[in-house]
Amino acid sequence: MSTLVFLEHHEGELQKDSLGVLGKAALLGDDVSALIAGSGVEGLAAQAGKYGARKVYVADDPALEAPLPQPRVDVAADLFRRQGFDTVLFGATVLTADVAAGLAARLDAGLNWDLVDLAEDNGKLVGKRPALDDTVYVEVGWKSEPRLALIRTGTFEPVESGGEAEVEQVAVELEDFSTQAKMIEQAHEESEGPSIEDADVIVAGGRGLGGPENFALVEELAKALGGAVAATRAVVDAGWYPYSTQVGQTGKTVAPRLYIAVGISGAIQHKVGMQGSNVIVAINKDPNAPIFEYADLGVVGDLHEIVPKLTELVRQRKAA
Amino acid sequence: MKIAVCAKVVPEQARRIDPQTKRLDRSGEQVLNPFDANAVEEALRLKGNDADAEVVLVSLGPERSLDALRKALAMGADRVVLVSDEAAAGSDLVASSYALARALDREQADLVLFGQQANDSDGAVMWAAVADRLRRPLISQVAELTVSDGTLRGKRQTEFGYDVIEAPLPAVVAVSDAINEPRYPSLKGIMGAKKKPQETVSLGDLGVEADRAGEAGSRTEVYAIGHPPPRGETQRIDDDGSGAEKIVEFLLERKAL
Amino acid sequence: MTKPSDFPPPFSVSEAIAPPTDPEDERIEVGVAIVGAGPAGLACAIRLGQLLEDAPAVAERLGEVPVAVIEKGKQPGSHLLSGAVVNPRALQRLFAGRRRLDEMPFYGPVEQESVYFLTSNRAVRIPTPPTMKNHGNRVASLAELGRWLAEQAEEAGAMILPETAATKLLVDHGRVRGIRTGDKGRGRDNQELPNFEPGSDVVARITVLAEGTQGHLTGAAIEQFGLEGENPQVWALGVKEVWRVARPLRRVIHTLGWPLRAGAKYREFGGSFIYPMGDDMVTLGMVVGLDYRDVELSVHDLLQELKTHRLVRRLLEGGERIAWGAKTIPEGGFLSLPKRLHAPGLLLAGDGPGFVNVPALKGIHYAIETGALAAEAAFAALQRGEAVGRRGALASYDEAVRQSFVWRELEEVRNMRQAFGRGFWLGGALAGAMTASRGKFPPGDAGTEPDAEQELLRTDRARSYPAADGKLTFDKLSSVFLSGNKTRDDAPNHIRVQTEVPRELAELWARMCPAQVYEAREGGVEVTASNCVQCGAITAKGGRLTPPEGGSGPEYTLT
Repeated sequence: MSTLVFLEHHEGELQKDSLGVLGKAALLGDDVSALIAGSGVEGLAAQAGKYGARKVYVADDPALEAPLPQPRVDVAADLFRRQGFDTVLFGATVLTADVAAGLAARLDAGLNWDLVDLAEDNGKLVGKRPALDDTVYVEVGWKSEPRLALIRTGTFEPVESGGEAEVEQVAVELEDFSTQAKMIEQAHEESEGPSIEDADVIVAGGRGLGGPENFALVEELAKALGGAVAATRAVVDAGWYPYSTQVGQTGKTVAPRLYIAVGISGAIQHKVGMQGSNVIVAINKDPNAPIFEYADLGVVGDLHEIVPKLTELVRQRKAA
Repeated sequence: MKIAVCAKVVPEQARRIDPQTKRLDRSGEQVLNPFDANAVEEALRLKGNDADAEVVLVSLGPERSLDALRKALAMGADRVVLVSDEAAAGSDLVASSYALARALDREQADLVLFGQQANDSDGAVMWAAVADRLRRPLISQVAELTVSDGTLRGKRQTEFGYDVIEAPLPAVVAVSDAINEPRYPSLKGIMGAKKKPQETVSLGDLGVEADRAGEAGSRTEVYAIGHPPPRGETQRIDDDGSGAEKIVEFLLERKAL
Repeated sequence: MTKPSDFPPPFSVSEAIAPPTDPEDERIEVGVAIVGAGPAGLACAIRLGQLLEDAPAVAERLGEVPVAVIEKGKQPGSHLLSGAVVNPRALQRLFAGRRRLDEMPFYGPVEQESVYFLTSNRAVRIPTPPTMKNHGNRVASLAELGRWLAEQAEEAGAMILPETAATKLLVDHGRVRGIRTGDKGRGRDNQELPNFEPGSDVVARITVLAEGTQGHLTGAAIEQFGLEGENPQVWALGVKEVWRVARPLRRVIHTLGWPLRAGAKYREFGGSFIYPMGDDMVTLGMVVGLDYRDVELSVHDLLQELKTHRLVRRLLEGGERIAWGAKTIPEGGFLSLPKRLHAPGLLLAGDGPGFVNVPALKGIHYAIETGALAAEAAFAALQRGEAVGRRGALASYDEAVRQSFVWRELEEVRNMRQAFGRGFWLGGALAGAMTASRGKFPPGDAGTEPDAEQELLRTDRARSYPAADGKLTFDKLSSVFLSGNKTRDDAPNHIRVQTEVPRELAELWARMCPAQVYEAREGGVEVTASNCVQCGAITAKGGRLTPPEGGSGPEYTLT
């Protein structure tokens, strides 16, 4: 198996998620290469070796400065034609989804997305992906090579194996149409922090908070964790928090790595909006709340006591 | 200006996978993919009152999709082109994007719009594949779109904040569901929808070769359906004053902190 | 103690009646406007299509859209719910020479039937009352039948307009001119949202109201045109589920008695039904008259309790709940029918005016028959080419209904429901006497009191409701979810009730409502309108349901 892993980077650092995918590739086989595309990115190549790559291809060109997908498709397609990998892996992001799909069209190659696992089975590569709001798992595969895959964010943790990789610069030749889109303004931070759809961590508040003023507790915890604040239908109905933060059947569906439900009973209308979360923690004083049936950790107690303490502990940890 | 909107018709209640075919059970009421309604709405806003502008819906699916696609006509779109062919059944991204690209070639639109994702397979990838086949610039996840003097300007959300990207027409744009609130079709619109042109074309009409369509043209396959691993034991503790500490311990254990 | 009628809803019928207001060239013109894509409305559309097929000159005069059916649900069937065991008679007449019985979506004829009197731990078989004999009848899902009828109606040339609520009856100079559709895209405070779309005036030569139970415009029309019958209308609330089962059920079952209480003071009239749907599904439901008095009564919870009875539990063992829904049934019968079924430019058909035979638990074939008769009367008037809006032009409809089997059967059983207001035992004896004498004994016509005028009482009935275990018994919220209800939360509140009410009234509503719309809080009641499955119970007990935005509410498929 010869694998190419597309490594994303941001502000001078390789993205944790793509390093995780790199580590997984290294577990599946020895012949693992990485591709880093950008401008002024040579320095990142060394890191890739430490996380599982045997060889790192660096495509360094001012035209690749902006994180736009189409030039990267050109680079990857070109590399593929010269080196011929049988598998190309991406850790899913807004950018890589477009790169992977563009590459699939360019090479007429099979692409499976949203995979949460990858394994070899009798010489075949098999991917696992959740479907239907994470209620079923589907086993998918490829009928031909190269095999392209987008791995769901946060699936694999990077493992520092401490190797050294051979670095090769690749020439960059871009199609005309690929350079027509131009970045005018890049990566402007929104003032309010991550939106709930993009957030890795969500702290959500429900009726159990008792009143809108108590959302301050939720906000503090979210800030400490670097996450976003969400709300249930009941509190949005009551006007305690805006509709844009509503999670549930008639609100948004989220699947962060961590979902902390504060004072939420967890009826099914709410559950369907967050059941795909990796880890669910619930704090509620009602031991019969339905949320305790599916939370990974349920704490029956007074949120007014627990949440501020939790916030403080998290702050201490992060400061250390 | 001619705007083509690529739309998909999906089952209203996409709740089960057929254990026989291992594909989504597509029986039952079919509706226009809700995310594509945003794309239709954006196309209609760009058209505005311009009598020379045209909004065409392009879709790949079975004949009965026409009923659901009429919703777009009721909203104000001008025409529907449905690529309907038995040979297209079981198409994956490679095969579908090829067929759609051929249909779009036929239309020669200035702007091709996609919605954020498909409700059924949750794939958010079709537009990038189609843009590559059409050899046109692409802007995705657009939450705000303006067109002036043959140039597009799109504001998009990423994990890091928002970008502003420009591209010349003709181009491909995928809009996010934050871009607009789709209009309700008026009663007049609903009643007039049936009279608007609805064309059905076959893969042969588009020049799509048999080996590039359906299962034959697909490069991925489904092996099996299963249940997700159970969430694991749900742990429950009563707070005795150390609840917060126990949560932190748990989070560290689960690498969630 | 309080009576719900002490707190009438903030609603006036004049809100639902208005002249056309759109400029003339913006009005939508159709030939015949039918409100409601249920069995009555669709039968009307189908019959009209048949008649117009052979009369192209009349069809032409009706314009581009000769027949339009306006439906507030997402699609025909979304808001249809019933048991149901259907007498195929009216369908056979409607489709004579065009469709056979075996082409219709039925689950097979009723072969065997049993009636049980239940106590909490026993089931005593009792002989089937003659009014409940079902030989020759067919089990059906009304939602499925509705979808099928809609297809037939479209084939017959009708235009069906789903997701469209009819919120006003257009009346001008004493004549019905059509209906006005509801606005879409209003916010919680009724403000216009960015995608606001105003409703339209739909003007028609003739309007047929086939809205079903608690018809919004039907109620308004009856008041407006002075059509009230002898007795006020009364209703029952039915809550049902559909289950996939491990073993086929091979008979139709009805039960009386437990979990309802027989004492006259409780006024708990009703029972349950359990019907097979093919080999692998069963539907079961609990139906209770809304004249009940106990604040703690909850029909949804009575259904859950019923399932714990040995007889029922056995049937559901190894099975899985796949559908849930609730709807009211008009129970006043013959004596509560409007005194006239037509007005200038207007016809009333189906459950709206109340064509339901309570002792036989049948209304669907009456809906189909009255819908077809309405079509015939409308067509005759249009064919005569006269001004269909003039008084008496549609009188032939009333004539036809009075000559039909619908009238005859309802008259025979006219006092039966009212007899049960005197308690199960006395009521049963009276009912027996009525059946034996074909309605002649006891003589006279019994009075009916409106449901909202029953004085409330309190027991601790709720104590024996089973806790939801998620396998056999279920809570209301997960049931609302199963009904497919995804109504947007920021829609205006479509339920009219006074909110500052005494605790017992708030609790009555909270228990009564199968969808958990009401919650008793400090000083009154809290309303979560987006849970509403539009069953209509609130209108019977002191409030008023008005149609929410078209397309909202449940999406029934198997009920």
